[in-house]
Amino acid sequence: MATPTLPARHYLNDGYGVTSWLLTRDHKRIALLYLAAITVFFFVGGAMAVVIRLELATPAGDLVSDETYNKLFTMHGVMMVFFFLIPAIPSVLGNFLVPIMIGAKDLAFPKLNLLSWYIYIVGGLFTLYALVTGGVDTGWTFYTPFSTVSSTTNVISTALGIFITGFSGILTGLNFIVTIHRMRAPGMTWFRMPLFLWSTYATSLINVLGTPVIAITLLLVAAERVFHFGFFDPAVGGDPVLFQHLFWFYSHPAVYIMVLPAMGVISELVAAFCRKQVFGYTFVAFASLGIAVLGFLVWGHHMFVAGQSVYAALIFSILSFLVAIPSAVKVFNWTATMYKGAISWQTPMLYAIGFIGLFTIGGLTGLFLAAVGLDVHVTDTYFIVAHFHYIMVGGTIMGYLGGLHYWWPKISGRMYNEWLAKIAAAIIFIGFNLTFFPQFIVGYLGMPRRYHAYPPEFQVLNVLSSAGASILGVGYLIPMVYLMWSLRYGKVAGPNPFGASGLEWTTTSPPPTGNFAHTPIVTEAAYTYPVAAEGYVA
Amino acid sequence: MAGRVDALYFFLIAVSTFFSALIAGLIVYYAVRYRRRSPNAVGVTIHGGLLLELTWTIVPFMITMVIFVWGASVFFAMSRPPDETLNVYVVGKQWMWKFQHLDGQREINELHVPVGRAVKLIMTSEDVIHDVFVPAFRVKADVLPGRYTNLWFQATRPGRYRLFCAEYCGTRHSGMTGEVIVMEPTEYQAWLSGGSGEGSLASAGEKLFQDLACNTCHRGDAQGRGPVLQGLFGKTQNLQSGETITVDEAYVRESILTPGARITAGFQPIMPAFQGLVSEEQLLELIEYVKALGSEKYEVRSGK
Repeated sequence: MATPTLPARHYLNDGYGVTSWLLTRDHKRIALLYLAAITVFFFVGGAMAVVIRLELATPAGDLVSDETYNKLFTMHGVMMVFFFLIPAIPSVLGNFLVPIMIGAKDLAFPKLNLLSWYIYIVGGLFTLYALVTGGVDTGWTFYTPFSTVSSTTNVISTALGIFITGFSGILTGLNFIVTIHRMRAPGMTWFRMPLFLWSTYATSLINVLGTPVIAITLLLVAAERVFHFGFFDPAVGGDPVLFQHLFWFYSHPAVYIMVLPAMGVISELVAAFCRKQVFGYTFVAFASLGIAVLGFLVWGHHMFVAGQSVYAALIFSILSFLVAIPSAVKVFNWTATMYKGAISWQTPMLYAIGFIGLFTIGGLTGLFLAAVGLDVHVTDTYFIVAHFHYIMVGGTIMGYLGGLHYWWPKISGRMYNEWLAKIAAAIIFIGFNLTFFPQFIVGYLGMPRRYHAYPPEFQVLNVLSSAGASILGVGYLIPMVYLMWSLRYGKVAGPNPFGASGLEWTTTSPPPTGNFAHTPIVTEAAYTYPVAAEGYVA
Repeated sequence: MAGRVDALYFFLIAVSTFFSALIAGLIVYYAVRYRRRSPNAVGVTIHGGLLLELTWTIVPFMITMVIFVWGASVFFAMSRPPDETLNVYVVGKQWMWKFQHLDGQREINELHVPVGRAVKLIMTSEDVIHDVFVPAFRVKADVLPGRYTNLWFQATRPGRYRLFCAEYCGTRHSGMTGEVIVMEPTEYQAWLSGGSGEGSLASAGEKLFQDLACNTCHRGDAQGRGPVLQGLFGKTQNLQSGETITVDEAYVRESILTPGARITAGFQPIMPAFQGLVSEEQLLELIEYVKALGSEKYEVRSGK
């Protein structure tokens, strides 16, 4: 077989100047703009986590002051949730893949897509401004009345940053919904779509419906701070718990904004590296929609000890158990897909397996929290911290990194170093578990979250966690290095280096600006093997 | 209670271990058994199976419903204190805990209670949201400004137990900790009698009731311009609006701070508002006095 060569014309060499990037309307270039921006926010947020874990290596609050510590965990949460986890997969992988996977030239509204990126950047700059001019200490949850009457930090500029960035998510969601409805290639029926598109579609629905609620809520917080309206402050007739209802009405579905796209990626990876159709395609597709709908009905499980009625708590408890079912269905279907597959152990598959393992633990510990009588003990402790990091870091970031490796040859045209990539995946998996598993235990033993100093009996588990975090940190830096290196020195990948099924693998790597030489005509279901294209490069 | 919470916890650990091992075992087995043996190999085409889908939908559903009912029953027990409780009032503020015993003792960041008796905390906050968390008793409840929330426990062994603020409340949140000191009943009695000698919480409330001249209108003989308070607490009251309300701590508090909000049927809205004039702790004294009014125990004790 001939050595693959890069195509003569592709989206990366179609114009070189700064304006060819900053004014581009090509969804693939915009995806790379997002990639650069979210990577910056990820490492800013990660640097804060490093200081947090260093502080917690000893029981006394000795490394930074309590004030600084509170700002660190607040900004870590704000950066990671709003500027990394929520946009990561939709804005980078989604932007790159949605049009290609349905056989379209671009998204429905390319200029709106570019505007979304600028909105995201403006929101991010506001938040960075809040950070460098003193930070904010309310926790990423902005609980009232602390955030409205007590905190003296930059609540408003941070809230404004999140408010602005929310529009980016809404517009991207709208763009995806319209694109998936209107721009599918001939023959690309709904049930021939890759599952990544189903989960992206479900995510976009949540983004469009949920984000306005957090936007309004943050405006109310700002209005109460500035004008002393009595929305949440009981001293002027407000209700502090009302804020929690509004906040979690968005922020619980936001968890699914973070994890649904990752689930979509995992479906793609499992299918590609087993060379096999995903088991129970329709069940997995509808599980995404089920999660999106049910996800809006479970916000009260964040408030079991917040003073809501016993019966409200029971309703939210049972609904929370129900939302666990579609997630379990997905895990079982991915596992069943491996049965009689032709399973390759390449890097993306390692991430997929890592995702399934960590997401299973994250999901099962969610059952602990949905059981009201048990949640009372573990809520607001490190058990919660461990649980949501298993979902968001173990889930979303594993999915994101798996997807980034899988589509990297398509994005860049070149292969990364497989050996380094496997080692990094293993380091991330080990470092992650060492960081967060001890937190389940220390949480059950009673260590509250957001504590700058803690009783000495919790130290051993905290030292383990900090040690794990240092391993995890190294694990995240390695891909940065070899992926950058591969841009210049990596082996040329060719159109379909993994021998995978899907429209994205039928065009050149990197694809041309319009994605395809001719509009593809789809005649088969997703994940049909063997693929008809030229020979595999194993 | 700790035993019941732990039983559910270990059941869930067993369920989680089973499913984690099942999934991990299958993945590892398949990954080895079906590893790709030639570069061009593809998997066997299998579209799915309705029976399997139904199985792994219904079985987890049944298991979660068992957990739901179990968790709910534990929660009911947590939310419903027994009829006879030893009540202690709690006021949280940035960044300390204040405890007021009915007999008049006041403590900061320490709470003395007797072993083997159900203790109910009636809690409020002076500023932002706090949360009382005693890990050893497996109990936790938010402490809100402008409201009263409850939490109850029954300690089974004497000792000192950590108490944390579990709701982030600002700069010195992690310093807002204390201890619950569980004592043998005799030691507890000794501790109680070694108090300040200021008299009971209700008697402090009675004095305040007179100082604020509440007693000029709220008289015991139904001749006053305000409702008679004797024996009122816990009863159902008819309101001017036609609604009814149960007289609880929250209603007494509201009626002192903003009396115009819910007027008792048959009375004029003439009472001045005490918002900003009485502290949270004084409110608790007044509430305790209103509770004590009409209760025989208090009449006997205050019949000086």
